[in-house]
Amino acid sequence: MMSITNQDVQHVAKLARLNLSAEEEQMFTEQLNAILQYAEKLNELDTDGIEPTTHVLPVSNVMREDVERESLPIEKVMANAPEEEDGQFKVPAVLE
Amino acid sequence: MSLLNENLKAIHSKLHDKELSVLELVEDTFRVIAERDARIGAYLTLNEEGAKNTARRLDDKLSSGEQRGLLFGLPAAIKDNIVTEGIRTTCASQFLSNFNPVYDATVVRKLREADTVTLGKLNMDEFAMGGSNENSSFHPVHNPWDLERVPGGSSGGSAASVAAGEAYFALGSDTGGSIRQPASYCGVVGLKPTYGLVSRFGLVAFASSLDQIGPVTKNVEDAAYVLQAIAGYDSMDSTSANVEIPDYLSALTGDVKGLRVAVPKEYMGEGVDAAVKEKVQAALQVLESMGAIVEEVSLPHTEYAVAAYYLLASSEASSNLARFDGVRYGVRAGQSGNLLDLYHESRSQGFGSEVKRRIMLGTYALSSGYYDAFYLKAQKARTLIKRDFDQVFEQYDVIIGPTAPTTAFKLGAQVDDPLTMYLNDILTIPVSLAGVPAISVPCGFVEGLPVGLQIIGKAFDEQTVLRVAGAFEQNTEYHTQRPNL
Repeated sequence: MMSITNQDVQHVAKLARLNLSAEEEQMFTEQLNAILQYAEKLNELDTDGIEPTTHVLPVSNVMREDVERESLPIEKVMANAPEEEDGQFKVPAVLE
Repeated sequence: MSLLNENLKAIHSKLHDKELSVLELVEDTFRVIAERDARIGAYLTLNEEGAKNTARRLDDKLSSGEQRGLLFGLPAAIKDNIVTEGIRTTCASQFLSNFNPVYDATVVRKLREADTVTLGKLNMDEFAMGGSNENSSFHPVHNPWDLERVPGGSSGGSAASVAAGEAYFALGSDTGGSIRQPASYCGVVGLKPTYGLVSRFGLVAFASSLDQIGPVTKNVEDAAYVLQAIAGYDSMDSTSANVEIPDYLSALTGDVKGLRVAVPKEYMGEGVDAAVKEKVQAALQVLESMGAIVEEVSLPHTEYAVAAYYLLASSEASSNLARFDGVRYGVRAGQSGNLLDLYHESRSQGFGSEVKRRIMLGTYALSSGYYDAFYLKAQKARTLIKRDFDQVFEQYDVIIGPTAPTTAFKLGAQVDDPLTMYLNDILTIPVSLAGVPAISVPCGFVEGLPVGLQIIGKAFDEQTVLRVAGAFEQNTEYHTQRPNL
């Protein structure tokens, strides 16, 4: 049986762009282990030759003509921005 | 006058005869909200001024004799993960506590075109993750039948508002049971349409291959009316199904003679409360007495559904919720550091525990080395679960069982145990994985708490689902019961 360590949880938190407190890290380690242990139930199933279902409907890419369409005006796009400048989203330095 | 005991036709005839104005109807609803919602907690944001303005406009329409929409004048409330232009939309998350959408979801536009009045936005589990509404980052919702109990979730506010008479109807969203289970706990009707029937444009995405918007109402006829108004192809949703929309109201014939009903033994087995089973058996006898043929069947992969669902839904959620980064909208934190700090701080402060837990689970299941063992395996299990339904539907018109294994539980009873909480959805999740439609209708009470009957249909056969639900309702009185508030 696979089990998740605190180091795994730290790694996954980094991938998910989350900072965890020590308590959260411990809690998630325990809870994710319990959930994944439950998920191992799926290993009882013989799925050889079974196609995965990504979608219940027979969907395919939806294409449209490449024509200009009106988009949201810039004031609306910026309406919820935490910080903006000259019609652009403002963020701290990307590179140090 | 109280909204509680009026049906759509009665309201429309009163409006037509000028015994009632839309403004009076809307003001009456806000009076009920003011009187009750401090105890229920169904609303996160009220749109009182906007609603009254809409009501006045509709009253003008009424007096000028203009053509009226299908849901004319009805006061509706919207789950807070469906965007409403100019009305705060939070998904019950601190992250979006200041978010004002700049456009309407397609369903909101369609309701406006049907002449409804938007009362406000409804409480829910944060980002629709939960089954008790206790994961709202603002406040919990209380079950109108017993204020110490949960209303179910994640559309807890939707079900509680309708049950408490604080909205004529509500929209909810259902990913693994989030419309049906709260409808069951609150003694109202909740319909999850076939995946793709109702546009998801403007529904804040949780698990895109499962999410579906649907109505919460006091009776089946109203559910048919609301579905009629919101169903249909939408070019803004690339998974929207391009199918002909039938007349759902004409499906309500009341006739189930010769109809073939399958009862999965897995839905009536261990883990389902004996008193709940008893109510479902009694409901099946009602249908039998009306001429339906009821037989036991097996959906053998049912026991794998919850495991498959939590891997799939959490994986999709971890991807969908990557957009919340504090850059374009939402609450920003971690200003002092670099961009990466800003992402980390905003997300860590913005998301609540259950959301973080699912993002962590999904990120893990999709991460390098585990994809095949978890995500791919769960997708294959989904195929087997869907096949179970396909096979039964070759011989039966509907599948019937309980909506939830128990009645509403007490607030706080399961918060420390996510896995137990997940198992409340054991009877609704397989249906979601198969993508087929299902309705929950009231079918009795156990110790004063409502029990829901789940009627499941073939893909895009909402008509039969509504027909069976409507026939059951016409022969029972459970849907007329109201909580004592």
